[in-house]
Amino acid sequence: MGTAVNQSFKEKTNKVLGITPEDARLTKSYLFVAFAALLLGGVLGLLQGLNRAGLLELPSWLNYYQVLTAHGLLLVLVLTAFFTVGYFYAVLSHNLGGLLPKVRKMAWIGFGMKLVGFVLAVISVILNEASVMYTFYPPMAASPIFYYGLVFIVLGVWMCAFGAFIQVANWRKNNKGKHVPILSFFATGVFVLLFFGSIPVTIEVLVIIPWAHGWVETINVMVSRTLFWAFGHTLVNIWYLTAVSAWYVVVPKLIGGRRFSDTLTRVVIILLVILNIPGGFHHQIIDPGIAESVKFLHVFMSLAIGFPSLMTAYAMFSVFEKTARKRGGKGLFSWFKKLPWGDVRFLAPMIAMIAFIPGGAGGIVQSTNQLNQVVHNTMWVVGHFHLTVGTTVVLTFFGISYWLVPYLSKRVLTPAINKLGVATTLIWTAGMIFMSGAMHWVGVLGSPRRTSYTTYGDNATALSWDPYLMFLAVGGTLLMIGVLMQVYAVVHLMFFAPKGDTEFPIAEVEDHAAKTPYWTERWGVIIVIMLIVIAMGYVIPLVEMIMNAPPGSPPYKTW
Amino acid sequence: MKMHLDEKIWLIISFGMIMGFMAFTGYQTFVLGMGPPSNMETIDPQKVDVTAPFDNPGVYEIGENEYEVVMTLEIFSFNPGEIEVPAGSTVHFTMTSKDVTHGFQVAGTNLNAMVMPGHIQKISQKFDEPGEYLVLCNEYCGAGHQHMATTITVK
Repeated sequence: MGTAVNQSFKEKTNKVLGITPEDARLTKSYLFVAFAALLLGGVLGLLQGLNRAGLLELPSWLNYYQVLTAHGLLLVLVLTAFFTVGYFYAVLSHNLGGLLPKVRKMAWIGFGMKLVGFVLAVISVILNEASVMYTFYPPMAASPIFYYGLVFIVLGVWMCAFGAFIQVANWRKNNKGKHVPILSFFATGVFVLLFFGSIPVTIEVLVIIPWAHGWVETINVMVSRTLFWAFGHTLVNIWYLTAVSAWYVVVPKLIGGRRFSDTLTRVVIILLVILNIPGGFHHQIIDPGIAESVKFLHVFMSLAIGFPSLMTAYAMFSVFEKTARKRGGKGLFSWFKKLPWGDVRFLAPMIAMIAFIPGGAGGIVQSTNQLNQVVHNTMWVVGHFHLTVGTTVVLTFFGISYWLVPYLSKRVLTPAINKLGVATTLIWTAGMIFMSGAMHWVGVLGSPRRTSYTTYGDNATALSWDPYLMFLAVGGTLLMIGVLMQVYAVVHLMFFAPKGDTEFPIAEVEDHAAKTPYWTERWGVIIVIMLIVIAMGYVIPLVEMIMNAPPGSPPYKTW
Repeated sequence: MKMHLDEKIWLIISFGMIMGFMAFTGYQTFVLGMGPPSNMETIDPQKVDVTAPFDNPGVYEIGENEYEVVMTLEIFSFNPGEIEVPAGSTVHFTMTSKDVTHGFQVAGTNLNAMVMPGHIQKISQKFDEPGEYLVLCNEYCGAGHQHMATTITVK
C-alpha cells in the first residue's frame, strides 16, 4: 500500500515537474546516437545515389558494397533502434512515474552493449571484412568480429526489453485493475516484438559464429535465411508500431482533438504483435525449397498484417475530420484546411501517414506471389522501403523530435525552428518523391537492387535505365540537405534553444468513451496466441528445410 | 465495442480486398499454374560439377519449340552464357549455384528466381518477341556482382 501511494505521488510530481534529469539524460543519449547515425548514414546514402546514377566513382578503399552495408546498418539498425528505445523509455518515465533505478541502469547497460556491438560491426565493414549487407546471407561469411558485434547488439536490445517489462510489471503491481497507459501499452507491444522477433536471428548468428571461425565446416543456407527474415520483417513492424503510437496518441493532442477509441487502438497493437513474425516469409516467395502451398499460407499471413493498418487509416482520418469540424471545418474535403499544416509536429507525421497509403498498397502488391516475382530484388523493393521506413517511419520520428527533444532538455520549440522543420519536411518529401518514385519505376523495368553502377557491357536495356537512375542522385541530394537541417534542429533543441517548459503531448479519449475491456491487459494470453501463430507459420517449412536439407555450404568471401 | 456504420463498411471493404488478393493469388497459383518458382530438389553444393545434369550445362532441345537450359551460377557468371532460341519457344531453366546465393532475373520478362547453393531451382518462360534479353544476377554476391550478366537472344 505504501509503495502504491508513493508511486502515485511520484507520478504527480513527474507530471508537474517534468522528466527527471537522470531519465532525460538517458533518452537524450539514445536520441543523440540515433541522429548521429542519421547524419553518417545519410552521407553514405548520398554517395551511393551518386554512384548509382553514374556520377561518382568510389575509391577502391571504400567500395560501393562497403558503403551500402554501412548505410543499411546505420539507418535500419542504429537510427531506428536507438530512436525507438529512447522514445519509449521517455514514455515509460513520463507515464509510469519515472524509471526505477534498476530499469534505468539496465537501459544504460543496453546502450553500452549496443554501441560496442555497432562499433565491432562497423569496424569489420570498414576493414572490408564484412561486405555482406545487413542481411549477411550465408554462405557469404564475414569476419567473426562482425557476428560478435551482432550478438552484443541483440543482448543490448534484450536488456532494454527486460527493463521495460520490469517497469511495466511494477506499475501494474501498484495499480491493480487499471489499464496500462496507452503509450506504455504501445511500448509493451514493441518490446515484446523486439524480444521474440530477435530470437530467430540470435539462433542464426550463434550457428554462424563457429562456422565463420572454421570450427564447423558447413551451414544450412536455407534455414539461416529463413531465421533472418523471421527477425527482419518483425523489425520493420517494430518501427512501424513505434510511428503508429505517435499517430494514435500524440497527433490528436497536437491538433487539439481527442484520440480514437481506446479499445480499438489496443486491438490494433495486439493484432500487430500476434500477426507479425510469420510475415517474414514474403521475403522468400521466389526461393527454392519452400512448397507453393506453404507460400500461399504465407501470403495470407503477410496480408493479414495489412488489416490492422487499414483499421488505423480509418481511425486517423476519423480523428482529423472530427477535430477539424469542431474547429469550424466544412464541406466534404475542405475541413482539411482547418488542420495545423504550419506546425511541424503535425505536418511531419501527417505526410508520413499519407506516404503510407502508397507504401502500404505497394506492400500488399508485393506480398502476392505473382506480383512479387516481377519486383523481387529489383529497385522497386528499395523504393518501397524508402517510402515506408524512409518516409513513413522517419518523418514520424522527425515530427516526434520537435517536441520530445525540448521536453527532455527543458527548452522550447521556437517559431524559427518550427519553420526550419516545416522546410525540412517538405524537402524530405520532395527528395523521396524523386528517389522512391524513380526506384519503383526502374525496378518494374528490371533494374536490380544492391548493384553498383553498371551498364552490363553497354547493354541497351541497362542503358535505358540510366535516366531514371539520375533521379536517385537528385532525390539523394535533396535528402542530404534534409538530413543536415534535421540534425541541426535536434542539436539546437537539445543544447541551444531558449529554456522553458514543453509538454509531453498525450491526447485524452472522448468524454463518453466506452470502457476498455480488461482482456486487453492479458499479455500472457496474447503472447501464447502469438507463439501459436508463429508455430503455424514456421514449423512445417523449418522441419522440411532441416529434414530434407542438402549437404551444407562452406564459408565464402567473395569481395 | 461501439462502431460506426461507416467504419464497419470500411473494415468490410478492407477485409474483402485482402480476401480478393488471396483469391487471385490462389487461382493463379493452383489453377493457372503460375505459382512462384518453388522447386524442392536438393544437391550437394560442393559437387555440382560431377552431379547430373549440372556436369553438362547447356541448352537442350527437348521438344518442338521447347528447350531446357541446364545452368550453373557462380561468382560472377552464368554457364551457359549467351543463349539463343527461336521465337515462340518455351524455355525451362534448371539452375543451381556453385558457391553463394545468386538471383536469376531476365529484364522484360517475369523470370525471377533465387538460386541457392544446395537447391535446384526451376522456372519456365515462353519467348514470343524476338530480341536480346538481359539476364542478370539480382542478389548481391560479391565484389563483381555488377558484372554478373549475360543475354538470351530470341530470333
